[in-house]
Amino acid sequence: MLRYAFKRLMQGIITVFFIATATFFGMHSVPGDPLANDKAMTEKIRANLEVKYGLDKPLLSQYGIYMGNLLRGDFGISYTQENRRVNDIIREHFPVSATLGILAIAFAGLGGVLWGALTALYRNRLPDLVIMLLVILGISVPSFVFAALGQLLLVNLNDQFGFSLLPVAGWGTVAHMLAPSLVLGLGTMAYLTRLMRSSMLEIINADFIRTAKSKGLPATRIFTHHQLRNAILPVITVLGPSIAAITTGGFVVEMLFAIPGLGRYFVQAVQQLDYTVIMGTTVFYGAFLVFMVIVVDLLYGLIDPRVRLE
Amino acid sequence: MAETTYSAEDFAPAPALASVQGISRPSLSYWQDAWLRLKANRRALYSLYIVIALLAFTLVGPVVWNIDPALQDLQQISQAPQADRNATIIEPYKPWDGADAPMVARLRLAEPPTTQAVRLVWGALPGAAGYRLYRNIFPVGEERAYGLPLFETLDPAKHHFEDRLDLRPQTYFYSVVALDGQGRLTDAFETVEAEVRRVITVEEAEAMGLAEAGQALAPGDRIKLQAHPLGTDYLGRDMLARLMAGARVSLFIGLVAPLIFIAFGVAYGAAAGFFGGWMDQALMRFSDFVVALPFLLFMILIRVISGVQPGESGVAPMVLAMVLLSWPATARLVRGQILQIREEGYISASQLLGAGAPYLVLRHMIPNTLGVILVTLTFAVPTAIFTEAFLSFIGMGVAPPTASWGSMCNEGIKTMLTHPHELIFPALFISITVLAFNLLGDGLRDALDARMRSRE
Amino acid sequence: MTTKAISSTSLAIRQLGLFAFAAVAGLAALMWGLNLLANLTASASGANSAVDAASNAITVLISSEPPQLDSSLSTDQVSGMVLGHVMEGLLRYDENNELAPGVAESWRINADSAVFRLRENALWSDGKPVTAQDFVFAWRLALAPDNASQYAFILYPVKNAEAINQGTQPPEALGARALDDRTLEIEFERPIAFFDKLTAFSTYYPVRQDFYESTDGTYGADADKLLYNGPFVIASWVHGQSLDMRRNPLYWNQGRIHLDRINAGYITSDPNTSLNLFKDDKIVLTGLTPENLTSALEQRWQIHRFMDGSLFFLELNHRPDRLTSNLNLRKALYLAQDPNELVYKVIKLPGYLPGVSLFPSFLDGPHGRFRDDHPPPAHRIDVAAARRHLALAQAELGLDEFPSLVLLTGDNTVSNVQSEYFQAVFKKNLGLDIKIDRQIFKQRLAKMTSGEFDIVMAGWGPDYDDPLTFGDLFASWNLNNRGRYSNPAYDEQVRIAQNALDAEVRMAAFANMQRIIHEDVVIIPSYDRGVAYVTHPRLQGVRRRVVGADPDYSNAYIVPEA
Repeated sequence: MLRYAFKRLMQGIITVFFIATATFFGMHSVPGDPLANDKAMTEKIRANLEVKYGLDKPLLSQYGIYMGNLLRGDFGISYTQENRRVNDIIREHFPVSATLGILAIAFAGLGGVLWGALTALYRNRLPDLVIMLLVILGISVPSFVFAALGQLLLVNLNDQFGFSLLPVAGWGTVAHMLAPSLVLGLGTMAYLTRLMRSSMLEIINADFIRTAKSKGLPATRIFTHHQLRNAILPVITVLGPSIAAITTGGFVVEMLFAIPGLGRYFVQAVQQLDYTVIMGTTVFYGAFLVFMVIVVDLLYGLIDPRVRLE
Repeated sequence: MAETTYSAEDFAPAPALASVQGISRPSLSYWQDAWLRLKANRRALYSLYIVIALLAFTLVGPVVWNIDPALQDLQQISQAPQADRNATIIEPYKPWDGADAPMVARLRLAEPPTTQAVRLVWGALPGAAGYRLYRNIFPVGEERAYGLPLFETLDPAKHHFEDRLDLRPQTYFYSVVALDGQGRLTDAFETVEAEVRRVITVEEAEAMGLAEAGQALAPGDRIKLQAHPLGTDYLGRDMLARLMAGARVSLFIGLVAPLIFIAFGVAYGAAAGFFGGWMDQALMRFSDFVVALPFLLFMILIRVISGVQPGESGVAPMVLAMVLLSWPATARLVRGQILQIREEGYISASQLLGAGAPYLVLRHMIPNTLGVILVTLTFAVPTAIFTEAFLSFIGMGVAPPTASWGSMCNEGIKTMLTHPHELIFPALFISITVLAFNLLGDGLRDALDARMRSRE
Repeated sequence: MTTKAISSTSLAIRQLGLFAFAAVAGLAALMWGLNLLANLTASASGANSAVDAASNAITVLISSEPPQLDSSLSTDQVSGMVLGHVMEGLLRYDENNELAPGVAESWRINADSAVFRLRENALWSDGKPVTAQDFVFAWRLALAPDNASQYAFILYPVKNAEAINQGTQPPEALGARALDDRTLEIEFERPIAFFDKLTAFSTYYPVRQDFYESTDGTYGADADKLLYNGPFVIASWVHGQSLDMRRNPLYWNQGRIHLDRINAGYITSDPNTSLNLFKDDKIVLTGLTPENLTSALEQRWQIHRFMDGSLFFLELNHRPDRLTSNLNLRKALYLAQDPNELVYKVIKLPGYLPGVSLFPSFLDGPHGRFRDDHPPPAHRIDVAAARRHLALAQAELGLDEFPSLVLLTGDNTVSNVQSEYFQAVFKKNLGLDIKIDRQIFKQRLAKMTSGEFDIVMAGWGPDYDDPLTFGDLFASWNLNNRGRYSNPAYDEQVRIAQNALDAEVRMAAFANMQRIIHEDVVIIPSYDRGVAYVTHPRLQGVRRRVVGADPDYSNAYIVPEA
């Protein structure tokens, strides 16, 4: 087990290296001028800026310098958030996104398993239909609509009650997190619900369930030890990458709820061609994702003894 | 008791009869069987009808409702469905210099108010060093909410104003409030009510093709404006025509991209899961690599590499980018399932019976992961539709004025409160599409899943 | 069999119930844990209501994190708004938008030089006096070629500034000298009519050398990495979340500040969030969009409007290899569109003015508004004339058929709507195909610089309060002249406006520029931008400014509850 984990970590580092390399060269081949701004600048000043950011050197040596800095854990200084180190940007904003993401994933995971199991048990009966319609609404209406509607609802509720039931936007307390994390987790919850239902249905008629029944095991034990445990596997598979995606990618929700998360830097950095921030966030996200995938694979082995890790 | 006697003939072999060996009903292949059971599933059948209806809407719709989806009817911007369409013909707009309007005592309308212009004149208010003119949709009440400030002057001699801002056929309440020397509001104000009439000039009516052949329109005539069954958008474009045109883009991208990348993901994941070992490791590390690439950046890159010129629709590169960047999630999911199934007894049994790898994967493994695959597919549809909308918004998708459901939603959200129809209709079509494919997916899954037979 | 199945289902559901209960308990525990964590990492926003009379504080929203609070490098509006509250230049704009003494208590401006006398009680937030050297240091900083300050050009009226910025002169050659701690003498490069107005601009703010050097390249990156001399100081700055400004007890003019605290507690650019926060009594001011105007009316709010001084226009590409270098084609485009329709039907927001000139309506001449003395040429849409010009253009260019023109625009909602509107207008009135080239920010800029467009939707905001800030935009040497318009007659007028001191002569030059722009159809003006907004009824004295900090809360005060 430990040896396996170590081996995976080594592979992970190589994967991150490739991610960094591909992004570096991809980024530099996108047209556009990262130094340009509303006010035009003279050639002279441009040249100075290029020296400042090391853009005057050949691309390969820029790559060498960047990778060297990366090894030392230095992501460089942002192009657009001047004087701020990318390390500081990630250090300050990632915990916020992570907090929001953990809560969203908790909502999504618990809700998805619960609703999914319920719909499988009530297959093709009323609860199944109602939940399915809600799920379809949940995935075919984008999250910014829910965010906007949720916020509107909060404003009107606060207005009705005459005091602040829940904050409309902002950050700092759990009260601030509730609405945005629900909105953020909604899509994943809908997805997990359907996934859980589907895999539950596969399991319900499996041979080993029949065996367990005929063995006379109590229904509750069959449900928890055999059905739930088996059905939850695909959910866990999806959850790993989702955690990485949600904790870093809540751009719209962060914007709408005025949350100081990392998500907005992901999108803005590309639009602004902020080279160091693109690299920093991508490498960080890549490493995080690879790590989550390893965790999920390890979990797999724990939950399902049939899956051999070696 | 009767005696039975047997002769030797009785023990002779019976003649071979073909009818005994034959099966009374025709033999069904796996797929025929699946089709039969799909037909028996009522919900799946309905969903099939919905899909057909959607296709008809997309392909036949534009022929029946033959309106240019890019045509802007600026007379009817953000018009709700079933709104009143009556309009009066009026002379073309002429600039108005209210300076020669008669001096009046109170605020009043200089001319009958129309959607072309509302012209106001007022007299001197006591102690006014200037005026500010407001427009509201309610009478000014206790709280003195005058409404939208339209105009301000610090010249006390100025006593007229022409309002042309977004006039709609409804009742407005105009107020003129006196300002003091510093430009602050004083308590002196007057209000007038204006019931605005919808008008259109002969030129505009002809440009929109409203005049019947040979009919000469003259000021004062009453006509009906262009009909818009589902209302219009923020530029007065017909919602129905745009929904039909948008269906083409959205359904194409929403179905083709997911189908390709899920097919690829399934093949990839099945290969990884089936072969296992170093193959699995290498394949899955590559999929981790692809997931972590910044989507937007590589989207732009793929578009640049495909050489799409400005103003051209980049649908193909967009689908390509979605396929190249979106398959790993499916691959992971399928691989996980295959890993699980690989250990099942029936696989070993099949292997003992001499089944080869392709047979095992195609006949045993993939059909057993179908449930999960179909869920992924149904979820990939709206995701692709909205990805298209986002990419079009930043100039990486279809070229304007091409419509798509996703971008109609994006635009509609802004006017959600005032003109909900601009959001509801496209969202409804997306929901119906997703619903149909969800139900169809469910039905397919039930039909294809061999174990489900025992339940019926 | 059936009954058995149902009973096992109901048992399973009981199990699910247990699971749900455990889930909710787990979630509550998780939230409690996160709450502890969140309280450790950040100060909560939204605890206060918009106006807090007890602590004499207000909460405001800013649309983005200020990207650059180093005044020598800062360019954007949000940074400008923050800097305007925490810094002060030699002069400043007062509550009536008139120039007033700032750090300088008196000054004298001659044809070729100026002397500013600094007040004794102007202090930095660490208690040391603001000296003339601090200004000299700041200006050299902005001009240092290595710093590549985008606003270095605004210092060019100072002698040798341009040469220093180009690296051909040493920084010591700058024509700004501290005669002593309180006397700043400035030599001009050439006569300038509006130097006093420039000194209120943020690039002219002082920076103290020893403090700047102690921050080691992170000047302005955090609350404690900046030294203040304005009416407020930044007490705390949580990036992306809040920026808390408190009254500066060392500021010399305590009489003009009334608030003790301005807390920028929310950072988002979403207009609906802003409106919702205002509705929820969390912020004191919100802008309105055409889409939420009706909700504002229904709330019975007092709506204000304001022109922010920016001009938006279609800029045409005058490079010789482009079709738009043909005057008749430009005239056709100009005559075929109607800015009134754009503003009244498409934009739909009060405060916008249909564009008629390069010079927006707020600009002043010697006798009031520039436009009153020099009315811009009238524009009326004339499709027939437009088509005649198009036919002429077609003949001149020797084209059988007009190819499509490329309209370059940005990736925001406003330009989406407007570009689609223009596309339809030119199609309808001229039969011209317009291809919309929508690009993200940096790619649009790159294309504007390299000239890969026929028409670009552009805007220009004033850097200082003089028509020249618009007038020199189309001088042939100006790099912001993205369409590369080049006309010696126009350049001549720009030189007059730059060098003359007599107001009448300068205004005549601007009037000539206005005429040339119109006759040559250098640009097609679309609108002067407006802003519709609402403020908290108990907050008075908020200033909106065309140049300088906008909105300016530094003179605002809370009125007692009625």
